[in-house]
Amino acid sequence: MTAALRPGMRVRVRRWDPPGHVRTPFYTRGKIGEVVAEIGPMPNPEHLAYGRHDRPPVRFYRVAFPAGGLWSNATFPDDLVIVDLAEHWLEPLEQQP
Amino acid sequence: MSAAHGHPHRHPPQPDLEDGPYSWHMALTDALAQLLIAKGVFDREALRATLERIDAATPAQGARLVARAWVDPAFRERLLADVNAAARELGIDPGPIPIRAVADTPDVHNVIVCTLCSCYPRFLLGAPPDWYKSRAYRARVVREPRAVLAEFGLELPPEVRVVVHDSTAELRYMVLPLRPLGTANWSEEQLARLVTRDCMIGTAVPRLPDPACLDA
Repeated sequence: MTAALRPGMRVRVRRWDPPGHVRTPFYTRGKIGEVVAEIGPMPNPEHLAYGRHDRPPVRFYRVAFPAGGLWSNATFPDDLVIVDLAEHWLEPLEQQP
Repeated sequence: MSAAHGHPHRHPPQPDLEDGPYSWHMALTDALAQLLIAKGVFDREALRATLERIDAATPAQGARLVARAWVDPAFRERLLADVNAAARELGIDPGPIPIRAVADTPDVHNVIVCTLCSCYPRFLLGAPPDWYKSRAYRARVVREPRAVLAEFGLELPPEVRVVVHDSTAELRYMVLPLRPLGTANWSEEQLARLVTRDCMIGTAVPRLPDPACLDA
């Protein structure tokens, strides 16, 4: 299983609202961040919450969002929020070389 | 105290444990535990021992890791690579959930939250404080971290970047804070006493004791 994303890549979180146990915070959806590190693969909480231990693990990444991109009134726009997000929630904004 | 209670003395106004509602989730938890014991998945002794093991964890364990990292650069590297393995080196049981340490620098201050619920490295640091689970802390610390930290008494200069870590997946986080100046000759045990629970959440930084307090 090869990581689709690498540190330094810019990604957009999917603007998506599927039913079920979803651990992608709403404040990140549709927002652009930068991959800091890969931390997967891990069990997918969207399956695990329903006892689906048979489903394959998914890759997670630490994604850093500048405060200025999350909040329109951020007083310190360069402060960061780093969120752990599953690969299927992330759309790369740059082609891999 | 209700009139039906039937005896004349007064009870203190503080509610007893059973005075709240027996909620649906409390009933579910009790029923599930009884079923798992009845089916032999685990026994009562194993359940009690597990609860005791979780309750025995305290922030002093994390403080030992931080103090060792301050005095031993090689240990610091191992801690930043794998907190669970570093804890086991010191004979501390970090539990089964992977924990990461994020290191403060003179330019970066880290703070931990779980905006979704209350994820916390409780096997290592003990139970989280109630405010860590509050909606106010969870919603505000990602949106206005400096205002929240100021309410905790931590005013950060503008040149220090605040990095908020939202524990939304399987990892748990703790902060490796900066060692205070003026502690060059301190022992590991003395250093560990400076590292409080809030220092490892990031809502405080380790500080030397106020000399006025020592005199008092």
